[in-house]
Amino acid sequence: MLILDCPCCGRAADETELEGGGEAHLTRFGPGASDDDFERYLFLRGNPKGVHFERWRHAYGCGKWFLAARCTTTLEVFGTYAAQTTAPPPEIVAAIKARRPNWEAPV
Amino acid sequence: MSTRLDHGGRLIDRDRPVTFRFNGKKMPGFAGDTVASALLANDRVMVGRSFKYHRPRGIVAAGPEEPNALLNMGRGPRFEPNQRATTTELFDGLEAESQNHWPSLEYDVGAINQLASRLLPAGFYYKTFIHPRPAWKHVFEPVIRNSAGLGKAPKDGDADRYEHFYWFTDILIVGGGIAGLQAALTAATSGLRVTLIEQTAHWGGRAPVDGAEIDGEWADEWVQGAVQALETMPNVTLRTRLMGAGVYDHGYVLGYERVSDHSPADDQPRHRLWKIRARQVITATGAIERPLSFPGNDLPGVMLASAVRDYAVNFAVSPGQRTVVVTNNDDAYLTALALVDVGQTVPAIVDARPAGGGELAQEVANHGVEVHLGAAIAGVTGRSRVEGVKITAQTGTGTDPTEIACDCVAMSGGWSPVVHLWSHCGGKLTWNAPLAMFQPDPERPPTGADGQGFVTAAGVAAGVPIERAGEGLSNFQTLRSATEAAQSVCVRLGRSVGDAAMPAVREVETAPLAPVWIMPDGADIRLREKMWLDFQNDVKVSDVQLAAQEGFESVEHTKRYTTLGMATDQGKLSNINGLAVLSKALDAEIPQVGTTTFRPPYTPISMAAIAGEARGKTFQPLRRTPMHDWHAANGAHWEPVGHWRRPYCYLHGSETPEQAVAREVRNTRANLGLLDASTLGKIVVKGPDACRFVDMLYTNKMSTLKPGRCRYGLMCSENGFLSDDGVVARIDAQTFLCHTTSGGADRIHAWMEDWLQCEWWDWQVYTANLTEQYAQIAVVGPNARKVLEKLGGSLDVSREALPFMGWAAGRLAGFDARAYRISFSGELSYEISVPAATGAEFWDLLIEAGEEFGAMPYGTEALHVMRAEKGFIMIGDETDGTVIPQDLGLDWAISKKKDDYLGKRAQERSHMTDPERWKLVGLETMDGSVLPDGAYAVGAGTNANGQRNMVGRVTSTYHSPTLDKGIAMGLVLHGSDRMGEVLEFPGTDGKTTRARIVDPVFYDPAGEKQNA
Ligand SMILES: [Zn+2]
Repeated sequence: MLILDCPCCGRAADETELEGGGEAHLTRFGPGASDDDFERYLFLRGNPKGVHFERWRHAYGCGKWFLAARCTTTLEVFGTYAAQTTAPPPEIVAAIKARRPNWEAPV
Repeated sequence: MSTRLDHGGRLIDRDRPVTFRFNGKKMPGFAGDTVASALLANDRVMVGRSFKYHRPRGIVAAGPEEPNALLNMGRGPRFEPNQRATTTELFDGLEAESQNHWPSLEYDVGAINQLASRLLPAGFYYKTFIHPRPAWKHVFEPVIRNSAGLGKAPKDGDADRYEHFYWFTDILIVGGGIAGLQAALTAATSGLRVTLIEQTAHWGGRAPVDGAEIDGEWADEWVQGAVQALETMPNVTLRTRLMGAGVYDHGYVLGYERVSDHSPADDQPRHRLWKIRARQVITATGAIERPLSFPGNDLPGVMLASAVRDYAVNFAVSPGQRTVVVTNNDDAYLTALALVDVGQTVPAIVDARPAGGGELAQEVANHGVEVHLGAAIAGVTGRSRVEGVKITAQTGTGTDPTEIACDCVAMSGGWSPVVHLWSHCGGKLTWNAPLAMFQPDPERPPTGADGQGFVTAAGVAAGVPIERAGEGLSNFQTLRSATEAAQSVCVRLGRSVGDAAMPAVREVETAPLAPVWIMPDGADIRLREKMWLDFQNDVKVSDVQLAAQEGFESVEHTKRYTTLGMATDQGKLSNINGLAVLSKALDAEIPQVGTTTFRPPYTPISMAAIAGEARGKTFQPLRRTPMHDWHAANGAHWEPVGHWRRPYCYLHGSETPEQAVAREVRNTRANLGLLDASTLGKIVVKGPDACRFVDMLYTNKMSTLKPGRCRYGLMCSENGFLSDDGVVARIDAQTFLCHTTSGGADRIHAWMEDWLQCEWWDWQVYTANLTEQYAQIAVVGPNARKVLEKLGGSLDVSREALPFMGWAAGRLAGFDARAYRISFSGELSYEISVPAATGAEFWDLLIEAGEEFGAMPYGTEALHVMRAEKGFIMIGDETDGTVIPQDLGLDWAISKKKDDYLGKRAQERSHMTDPERWKLVGLETMDGSVLPDGAYAVGAGTNANGQRNMVGRVTSTYHSPTLDKGIAMGLVLHGSDRMGEVLEFPGTDGKTTRARIVDPVFYDPAGEKQNA
């Protein structure tokens, strides 16, 4: 039962208020994309043991989507941030590095 | 003989006698008794039978770890199986029955299983799955099914009430023994909110029973003082009968409060489930004593030494007249002292340690009790209860034993800290070799959102720091650990603690424990087959050794193979002994073998507590349309649709639903039908980029729709699969009203928002789900226009002004309305939407005005039948998450010109364009009957498994009142190229139905009626 801070409405949201949306920062591939690119976009998801970026929706709160950087083993939350980004913002990366010095952002 | 003593019993009230029944027999007890103590007071030593061999089973423990004394409690709507006698408080009129025996506890047919025990070794279930095949069906399966399950399942609805309770606290302390109390006293000085919960009805835990001395007084008095002090503190909440059931992510803890189990029907809820959010958790959950594995240790009368002590001190019950104590540590000497104290005989202490015990042992010897050092029990005599023990040397093979008569054996194999709550959310354990126990590793606690530990173990539950292991599990260590735990937790929360004095404790010098996993050490297979590890599931030392021999090296595999620790007690007694035996058999160290996973709840909690108030009418919120009450008053036969209730049909007089549906269909096609379509999803999509957005959402080009016009559209997932359909109305240049399926509105609205917020966030589009803002009524049938014209108003519904697939706004008989000329039935049809607040009134008006035109309401089934007659698909019938629009012949609704839409790329994948995909067709039975729903059509030949090849399946099937025959739709291999062919559909009843492939549009294929 995680608690995540919703960056849209500022509430500390209990997991029962949230809906998970899977891995964050996917690049959409549409018509014209190669089979490999499309497969990666639609089917292949990272499931790392450790730092992970996830999509969450404050479904029973403000209704907005946001993203969370979280450790899947220790349940540590490095930060939550707006969904309108294509990559983790610098302050989130810094927060992760502060706690996981050897961590490298996925390319 | 097990008896009640004349004096003593710190928890019973001799002034309040009560009566209860066990297996129908009336028995006396006292308020304050548990069912177990009252049964023992009445010499009921044998209380059940084991799961596999149906061996006689007696009470072993005095707390939640009890594996045997599981009883059926109560009657009728208050009946509940598998209730622990040791944790059930006695009340007047309580009724209990033993379980897992037939015909009676004393004479049990299933006990024959124990004669066959050589045929039921470890892994029996798995081995018999294989061969011989007929034996499984005729011999093994019936036997397993008969012996499966312990108690009976309740038959009646539960008469009691249950609640959920939400609780927020800074520090939650689980366990109200001296450690929990000391932790609370310390933490409370910080001013933080402290909550202390205790699973039993009493504070103090073991210390008062063990005669501990704290601050110069008996622990019981210190406990009372501590509770009184805590009760006066405004920042402290104390609760008994509240168990910490589970610890979850980010400080979430489930508590299980047995509010009125001890006083049923007193108008309180029975159980309360506490949903606790704690910033920090302290587990002061104590320890559980381990049994010793000696031959015959499962006979009724063999008990944990601490339990014997509990019964004597707390309840003034002596489980035996002559109790032999067998131990590998000093603690069991306390039991000998307690028994001697109440005038019982201890004929011998069997201490496996050659050098014996410390100060307590000396005290026992001073009482003249005979102590056998380096000794073991080689066997227990007696058939259904203990009559004597055979004593031998621990280092030997059990030969030449001396026999001692006794009627109770008190055993102690050392203590295991209760690490369950620590472990639930990822806290790791470390092996304390000197004390032979797993204990929490404070370096690796469960971590919270900040990455820091949020659980701290305190007292005995914390074990003992290895460097202080020599001090043993002492009371001093317990209180020091509790004080330090509370201090560190407060510091972690940014507060300092006040001056919480560490109490003075009288310390007792102890001798080290000797790890003893089987007794005697050199026992042969004959003896090892009589050493029980898991009393409830009948797992013996020999079973675990066999599992190891057969290659089950992982403790998790061994657990499942032997069923060790899989009973309702979840291995509270058996796990450590079992894995020690396993590690020895594997020649590995215990920490390398590791433990099985600790999972919540700590002990079983009632399903009703989990349900709470969510049952009956409050199980789920009910959504009502504005016309709901009219339907209810006019014979609605309801059907659940999402959270809505919709009339399936309206029953007139003695009609069956089938007759009502046929009448509604015929009347709609002949005269006028009215449908409450308010549940239809209505989502407005608005903004400068609305055109661009609807073109991505729908497979067809929605942006070319002219204001005032409607168009049917399909939505697909990115997988290409059909997800929803509905009619879109173009309101103005920048506004679309998207109708979704009933029950699909929330999902589709969320889907739209997902794309707008997370992918195309620079697009200027606003969406709003207006489903409940409008009442919508379908006015359907040849007389539809007549009734609307009769209403009058500015809204012109003439054919010229409002042609098929147009919409218009205006006033109808004084109501603000929109009319959409769309048809899901094939008839002349208008869907009229009015503000929800005026819906009921408008519906009444239509019913009244429509009377002269033969108006009748119709329900969802008539709607389904009519759409099937017309060959329209239904999401959820023709689609199942694997169907693409192309399968359904809906290519006309898929734009070839658009560069992109959701699902387009997926529909280009090779499997999606495979000509072998099954295609939608109509099906007409040869004999006019109705095809079974979901039936498969079989073709020539068989597949790799020898099953008939399948070439299609039925997706919708109805009796058509219009055509008076069975009609269906289905997906069929090469379906659209096989018109006129006859398929065979074998039913589950052995009959085969034959049906011809036809066009799915059975009714008015030219569309003359809807266009009228
Ligand atoms: Zn929010």
